[in-house]
Amino acid sequence: MFSLESISHFIHAWLYHHFSPLAALSLELAIIGLAAILWFALLGLVLVLMERKVSAYMQIRRGPNRVGPGGVLQTVADTLKLVVKEGLTPTGADKFLFNLAPILVIIISMLVLAPIPFARGFQIWDINIGVLYVSAVSSLSIIGILMAGWASNNKYSLLGAMRSGAQIVSYELSAGLSILTIVVLTGSLRISEIIDSQKDGWWIFKGHIPALIAFAIFIIAVTAETNRAPFDLAEAESELTAGFHTEYSGMKFALFFLAEYVNIFLVCSIGAILFLGGWMPLHFGHWATFNHFMDYLPSSIWFLGKTFGLIFLIMWFRWTFPRLRVDQLLTLEWKYLLPISLINLLVMTVISMEGWHF
Amino acid sequence: MHLTPEATLEESGEWLGLVLAPDQAKSCLSRLRHAPEIEMDYLFCLTGVDWKTHFSLVYHLSSTQHRQTMVVKVKLDREQPEMDTVSDIWRTAEFHEREAYDLFGIRFRSHPDLRRLFLTEDWIGWPLRKDYEDPVNMIKL
Amino acid sequence: MLEEIGTTEKGEWVINLGPQHPSTHGVLHLLITLSGETIQKVEPHLGYIHRSIEKMCESLSYRQFIYVTSRMDYLSSHINNHGCALCVEKGLQVEVPPRAQVIRVLMDELTRLASHQLWWGALGMDIGALTPFFHAFRERETINEIMEETCGARLTMNYMVPGGVMADIHPNFQHRVKQFIAFFRTKIDEYDELLSDNFIFLRRMQGVGYLSREDAISYGCTGPTARGSDLSCDIRKLYPYEVYDRLSFVEVIETGGDCHARYRVRLQEMRQSLSILDQLIDNIPEGDFQAKTKAVLKLPKGEFYSRVETARGEFGVYIISEGGTTPYRIKFRSPGFSNLSALDHMSRGHKIGDLVAIMGTLDLVIPDIDR
Repeated sequence: MFSLESISHFIHAWLYHHFSPLAALSLELAIIGLAAILWFALLGLVLVLMERKVSAYMQIRRGPNRVGPGGVLQTVADTLKLVVKEGLTPTGADKFLFNLAPILVIIISMLVLAPIPFARGFQIWDINIGVLYVSAVSSLSIIGILMAGWASNNKYSLLGAMRSGAQIVSYELSAGLSILTIVVLTGSLRISEIIDSQKDGWWIFKGHIPALIAFAIFIIAVTAETNRAPFDLAEAESELTAGFHTEYSGMKFALFFLAEYVNIFLVCSIGAILFLGGWMPLHFGHWATFNHFMDYLPSSIWFLGKTFGLIFLIMWFRWTFPRLRVDQLLTLEWKYLLPISLINLLVMTVISMEGWHF
Repeated sequence: MHLTPEATLEESGEWLGLVLAPDQAKSCLSRLRHAPEIEMDYLFCLTGVDWKTHFSLVYHLSSTQHRQTMVVKVKLDREQPEMDTVSDIWRTAEFHEREAYDLFGIRFRSHPDLRRLFLTEDWIGWPLRKDYEDPVNMIKL
Repeated sequence: MLEEIGTTEKGEWVINLGPQHPSTHGVLHLLITLSGETIQKVEPHLGYIHRSIEKMCESLSYRQFIYVTSRMDYLSSHINNHGCALCVEKGLQVEVPPRAQVIRVLMDELTRLASHQLWWGALGMDIGALTPFFHAFRERETINEIMEETCGARLTMNYMVPGGVMADIHPNFQHRVKQFIAFFRTKIDEYDELLSDNFIFLRRMQGVGYLSREDAISYGCTGPTARGSDLSCDIRKLYPYEVYDRLSFVEVIETGGDCHARYRVRLQEMRQSLSILDQLIDNIPEGDFQAKTKAVLKLPKGEFYSRVETARGEFGVYIISEGGTTPYRIKFRSPGFSNLSALDHMSRGHKIGDLVAIMGTLDLVIPDIDR
């Protein structure tokens, strides 16, 4: 069977065989960049449609089902519409920052894509500080949001951007601490090592209680970080402000919209890697036959299955819970989640040192 | 009734009615609100009526304690309809009096915020008066 | 005083909410003075849907003016019409036959249920839970279909006439209402599961928008808004009309005074309405559905006041008649008018998100206020 790893090896070998090293390297980079952009486009297509269908079935209706068989071409139609819309820049807006903000947000999302392994051995860059890199680069997106709110020259956009900024910065702490919990168990920041250490079982099972708590906190924190309900007051329609992207229209709005869904994919994939084993199939200790049986599914299917399972969970939250008020949101983080994550980290360190995990 | 010697009683409707003159109305209403044996603390309707020769304001009062209802009518002058506000006795009167001002032109002295409620600020005329003419918007049947 | 959009001298922001806004339930324009995120003052601007109904009714006959009131509080249209018909009957001193009385009460309670269902869905949507809206409308559709079969319309059902109802109920009516009662009994428990016990919902509603009993009386609040503040004001109990004095139902009163208390009042009222429907649906007496009245109605000289309990509170109709075929002056006492005047008092010191929750539990319908 063709695995993704063998395909990448084949292309790598072919390029280096036929071209000089410099040309081969630049061609390889070009191919990777193109693949990343195509993956983003495909992801946007699929996730927007998934959101609409999931929300529809939860609300006793069907969702888009006219455009294309079963509605699969709906997002294509929406993208075409957004592309041909008139792009307005408000008067008095800071033109440079206004145009830079959506581009910055997309670039940051692409940068976070680098260390994510989609299959066994199929990773763009296996940096030795993989987890730290992801955590650090994803925090840069707040600059893009603040830029968008400020450059719009609109009181309400600024209000929305400030709320959004406060929310993201606060919840990064809890997310970071939950990630640290797993790093403590593994002893390494390199993503391929983290996945390898889950060869005999995923960390959410091996790490038992502290890992479960860390997982719950992680899911809550990343829902807040990506501005999803129940933490979506920055873009709530029934509140005053329509968020930091009020003044954006056409392609720039499409970039923000895309970036939001891609961010959901990225944080869910981080969650899948750290807690659910990434591309590692479900193994249980040394049950050799069971493990061998699980290995028959390709690793890319495992990875995508887990990530989309977490994405479904986050979408489920949106259509079930009402919205939190802004002060309740920040209270939740600073007074409840942060102390719990700190204590959890301590407990996990002790467990890891004493070897009380599976 | 001994509480309101200056009022004339009217028993034609289904509830006890009092007719008052505008200058004594406010003190009388205040007594009706605060007297412990009556305690009319619930003003549920404030109506303005244009009788062509004079205006009248109709207050429908009720007591949540004694479960009684009564009607108080105040006769106002047609040329200069003025009355003291009762919004310090019953807070609901704030909006009701603004409505009466908007539609009839009745001025309420010492009202905290007397301006038009439904119509725009620059509207001329008092629509619910019987002599209100508006050839553009009104169709006479 | 008059606030202008912009910044006041104290550095507070004055911003607009509405008139076109998803959560103002109609065209309500609010000028909110904010200091940071905290509300200092809320000033409603009305009149966006003022249709001068009271002036219009002075040139309509006593049979015609009743149906204008369906357009006032369109969610309790039957009940509004009922109030007007009662007032005219008081003037004419006609006796409504028992069959018509029972049919009127049945229609009233169905309308009350439909209105509360829509309130519940819209409240969920304002708070941010978008799914209850669909559930509420699915159940409301059933009531709309029952209404359509008997009355011919789904929203503004012109069905009441002075003397009774316009036409007899459809043969399917009893059966469909019985089906609906059984169906809705299970659904109302689902409503509790979906929203009432959700901890985020409780955090958004408890302690928000406190209205004390004295303030409720002073502001003239009525309906579930006042009953959530420990004020007993249900017209069906205090001044019973039609067959309400023979029915056994509970007037729901909560002492909390905050948004959550008002929410609980309305949910319980839905259950009470179901029990009233249950008591009446099998006992509709035979007979006329309309008393005999003259073709052209003339009320004697005098004044008449009648009150009914709509889904929002007390709806009063005050007719001053000079003996002609059209009323001399009609005043409609709408429940939303007084409830709205308490909004400023209730929302000072809260955040904008709380203002949305408070407006949701006040259950305002702006055409009712603006007339």
